[in-house]
Amino acid sequence: MSKGNVKELDHAVIKFVGDSGDGMQLIGTLFSDDAAIYGNDLATFPDYPAEIRAPHNTIAGVSGFQVHIGKNKIYTPGDKCDVIVAMNPASLKANLKWAKKGTIIIVDTESFEVEALTKAGYKENPLENGSLNDYHAISMQMATLTKESVKELNLDVKIILRSKNMFALGIVLALFNRNLDNSNHYFEHKFGKNPQVVLCNKSVLKAGYDYLNNIPQIQTFKISPAVLKKGKYRNITGNVATAWGLMAASEKANKPIFLGSYPITPATEIMIELSKHKSLGVKVFQAEDEIAGITSAIGASFAGAMAVTSTSGPGLSLKVEAIGLAVMTELPLVIIDVQRAGPSTGLPTKSEQSDLMQALFGRNGEAPIVVLAASSSANCFDYAYMAAKIALEHMTPVMLLTDGNLGNGSELFRIPKMSDIPAIHPPIAQSNDPDYKPYKRDPETLVRKWAIPGTPGLRHRIGGLEKENITGVVSTDPANHELMVKLRAEKVQKVADSLPAQKVNGSTEGDLLIVSWGGTEGSVYSAFEAMQKEGKKIAHTHFNYIMPLPKNTEAIFCKYKKILVCENNNGQFINYLRMVLPQYAYEPYNKVQCLPFTIDELITKFNQILGGKI
Amino acid sequence: MILNTIERSDIELSKEDFVSDQMVKWCPGCGSHSILSSIAQVFPKTGYKKENFVFVSGIGCSSRMPYYVNTYGFHGIHGRAAAIATGVKVANPRLSVWIATGDGDSLAIGGNHFIHLIRRNVDVNLILFNNQIYGLTKGQFSPTTPMGSVTKTSPYGTIENTFNIGNLVMGAQGTFFARVVDTNPKMMTEAMFEAAKHDGASIIEVLENCVIYNDKTHAYLTSKETRDDAQLWLKSGEKMIFGKNKNKGIRLNGTHLEVVEINNTEITEKDILIHDPYDPNPGIHLMLAQMAPPHFPMALGVIRSVMKPTYDDMVEEQINTQKNSSKIQCMDDLMNSGDVFELK
Repeated sequence: MSKGNVKELDHAVIKFVGDSGDGMQLIGTLFSDDAAIYGNDLATFPDYPAEIRAPHNTIAGVSGFQVHIGKNKIYTPGDKCDVIVAMNPASLKANLKWAKKGTIIIVDTESFEVEALTKAGYKENPLENGSLNDYHAISMQMATLTKESVKELNLDVKIILRSKNMFALGIVLALFNRNLDNSNHYFEHKFGKNPQVVLCNKSVLKAGYDYLNNIPQIQTFKISPAVLKKGKYRNITGNVATAWGLMAASEKANKPIFLGSYPITPATEIMIELSKHKSLGVKVFQAEDEIAGITSAIGASFAGAMAVTSTSGPGLSLKVEAIGLAVMTELPLVIIDVQRAGPSTGLPTKSEQSDLMQALFGRNGEAPIVVLAASSSANCFDYAYMAAKIALEHMTPVMLLTDGNLGNGSELFRIPKMSDIPAIHPPIAQSNDPDYKPYKRDPETLVRKWAIPGTPGLRHRIGGLEKENITGVVSTDPANHELMVKLRAEKVQKVADSLPAQKVNGSTEGDLLIVSWGGTEGSVYSAFEAMQKEGKKIAHTHFNYIMPLPKNTEAIFCKYKKILVCENNNGQFINYLRMVLPQYAYEPYNKVQCLPFTIDELITKFNQILGGKI
Repeated sequence: MILNTIERSDIELSKEDFVSDQMVKWCPGCGSHSILSSIAQVFPKTGYKKENFVFVSGIGCSSRMPYYVNTYGFHGIHGRAAAIATGVKVANPRLSVWIATGDGDSLAIGGNHFIHLIRRNVDVNLILFNNQIYGLTKGQFSPTTPMGSVTKTSPYGTIENTFNIGNLVMGAQGTFFARVVDTNPKMMTEAMFEAAKHDGASIIEVLENCVIYNDKTHAYLTSKETRDDAQLWLKSGEKMIFGKNKNKGIRLNGTHLEVVEINNTEITEKDILIHDPYDPNPGIHLMLAQMAPPHFPMALGVIRSVMKPTYDDMVEEQINTQKNSSKIQCMDDLMNSGDVFELK
């Protein structure tokens, strides 16, 4: 094994692409888990089509998994790639735009046959016409080598070829000087009942690993473990982190979770994860539709559970009437929207931040709710926990916005100790409380009490009809209605009293403040950081609390001449800011291509504004 | 005697314990008054603590019920009572959960939740006020309005087939179906008590009169002159005999039910079917639910009541099994399980 030529890198972006069904998501995940265990910081970005098996070898069927690993803090899944593994012509064609000069491109030459080339729209073979000359192509007959590696096992050819992805994984693990332990452990865990499959995968993985190491004078790479805060870490996707944040809140509040949901891309994994944890008392109700998902959750909330419904944009549209019911009944409810590109069915597997207006205003009547937005896969845990804490303590529906990239993407997650997580105190009415009235409120927070069925002496009735303040009797009195509208709004605004202060990165005053919210934090912060390193006077503030806004928002905004609002939609947060804080000069910067901002394009935009070009 | 985990009251409760302080705002003469009265009679008989009842409803005249019964009450949104009640029961299976709903609420806008509640066999009791009309929106036809009826939205008569609620229940694998008339409090209270006893989704269809928009729609069934020949009050283990002179019966002829006269020559009581609501095979139950005047009497009482595991019980069972066997007992366990590395 020639290990002489090893180059140290700070970070690298690796993208695995192939036909859907080629197992790219799996090897991407295995490589990421390996990097996490090794101690690299990382962020991942799975990019896959809506179809389970789109037409073979077409551009439409390309499935990709991108991972950015580094020895420093990693904020985004990366823009341009250092390594691209392309399993067929279509995946190469679709992803070459993410290559830069010198990108290592690993290809299976056998998949570049006439039919596949034609389907991908190639007139000639790109491996042979010099079109990859700017890159460093490593090509081999992957299928043949895969078959050869297991020829002594006498396996079915189908089983063998299904493990071709492991040959590619072996190559990349060798390229980064990793070992095979983690992947082998996975095979044993996953296919333990079928020793032949375990052996096949292990052999193919090793063959790929050895193949790379036996290339004469091959340059390999080393990325040292990241210097991170002491503690325990694991790789986690945003959807799993969301589920865990909810479960942490449930344990803290001592209220079992009831999730009422209907499967929908890209939110389903939250439901799948919660379904696994019955030992922690989690009840998951797979409802007949989105409406039953939320209304069952409202029923469960009335009955005293920590109620949650999870969905994506189209599902949220179906839930809006019921959200109004939760507003009216002032019951705790967490609504999670893993945003995807819309309108309508839109681009189900692609991400966008375009449900903000729906989250804030998508209801009949005056129906304010609390809206939060997570900004990284790992902090989905924190904001799911906060969404539940606010819902339970303030007796209100809380909407948590994440998005497809956060939900499916993964990051290193520093495992908290439950004892370090703040307590949750729901305002539960005590048995036979002589002063209990359904709409009697805490004078400070305006929160009503939660009188849970089964508790003696608190029988009462609530529902969608307007109720008289304090008593909860059905009321059509005009003055009472106005009072109740204002009380409900004020109650939500008062949540701001308990929110952390909004932070600013960079200069505390100046010409330009960059504003971001939700899932764009990583790229916007990275661009800001790069400009700051260049000595530019610039500031950045990122919002996770959307409704209500942190109380010091105005105090921050008033220090800057111009505020640039960057978002992956057509300008929803900017319009919200224009509504609630109309006195400031906002500039939009929007990208609605179902792709995150690249750091380069952000820097270009910031420079244009600083240079007075806009 | 009811067997389940709902906590019992130490003291004997009465009808008064379930009367709320709210003004009842149904029209004078509306069938809902007698349904309310029957409910207030049945609840104390269950023996449950009064705080263990939850009444859930959707939208419509029927759905004002929770305001008038002194229990924990939840007045939901249109069509969703079954889903809300499912959430209540699954969250806390030690509650006795009741649903008040109507033919529009459960069969039109809420049809989906209705069939799925039944399919899952969630242990709740659903009282479906079937007045065959939309009352609260002032007189449009519903999924049970007879074909040809002239209503506000069908000035030339409806051109829609109706749902047969019993058949819908059984088509959805229902375990309990009773049909009663609002003019017979005894029939209502008996069916409601049987529903309370039944573990699973109990559906009680109340044929109800709407004095304003659909008056006398069930008159043939309920008027003194015709009711004996129009009603067949089914009792478990008893012959299906009806009529003013108790001389008519239901016989199985080939694959069909037929009405026969018991003349003690060719046809004797021996030929008449015996009602068995506990028969898992829904064949006869389906045919009974389909019978309708003028050629048949309307089958009333508990038509079907069969045992099947309930959804809420199975939820509890899975949770208890996992709690007793899983290594993951708290969030610290979960978060530190699997692929974790430590930086020291």
